[in-house]
Amino acid sequence: MTEILFMVFAAVAIGGAIGVVAGRSPIASLLFMVATLASISGIYVLFEAHFLAAIQVIVYAGAIMVLFMFVIMLLNLGHDYQRDVKTGLWAILAFAVTGLTAGILGRGFLRAGDISFYDRFGAAAAIDQAIAEQGAVGVIAEPLFTDYVVAFELTGLLLLVAIVAAVVLAKPRSAEV
Amino acid sequence: MLTEALFVSTLLFVIGSFGVVIRRNAIIMFLCIELQLNAVNLAFVALSRFVGIEGQLYVFFVMTVAAAEAAVGLAIIISIFRHYETVNVDNFNLLKW
Repeated sequence: MTEILFMVFAAVAIGGAIGVVAGRSPIASLLFMVATLASISGIYVLFEAHFLAAIQVIVYAGAIMVLFMFVIMLLNLGHDYQRDVKTGLWAILAFAVTGLTAGILGRGFLRAGDISFYDRFGAAAAIDQAIAEQGAVGVIAEPLFTDYVVAFELTGLLLLVAIVAAVVLAKPRSAEV
Repeated sequence: MLTEALFVSTLLFVIGSFGVVIRRNAIIMFLCIELQLNAVNLAFVALSRFVGIEGQLYVFFVMTVAAAEAAVGLAIIISIFRHYETVNVDNFNLLKW
């Protein structure tokens, strides 16, 4: 059952990704992207990362994609069907480079995908037990607020800087004093 | 299932980078960058199942950075659009030699 679900989610994710690149208008690409994000969150559930799956749907598919939607709406790009795909030598070069990247990544990951290598960590059983004891949120929150608390606070600072930067950048020139 | 997940992650990353190179619409390029971030997140989650819960924490941080990046990047797109009336990056050639 898990395997079948994984295959379905993976197929939708990859099909959506191809749709993002091949989409004719930004809106089409955006909707394909939402499908990809939703199926990636399904794969997270299969790997017992329930909290991340919820965050993926709420923050990514919910907030960030709606932000993209607002910008497309604001700039009135929904009917922007002009061709913006590079062709010719550029496309061949891009295909070669990304194919090479795929080869390198695939070779490395094929070695990393050897599960027997990870058996000595025994992490799967430990994570299952921690989820049973602390809950799906607690198991993330506990290290987040102890070992990684500095990184967590810096993340808050980053978001503040991003908000200020977004407001300043998007402000029209005429509004300047 | 780990090998398959890493395979999907590789494929998503490669499709995303191909999209960044091949498309000239700034918004679609941004979506492709988000796709690459998600591919890396998927690899993190898949490996965290077998190595330790830290992988999921990194995904958490990557998502925050992605949100910040999207906010600033879209603000830049709006500010450029106001000037050039287009989001096709081929038209932004002031610094091109």
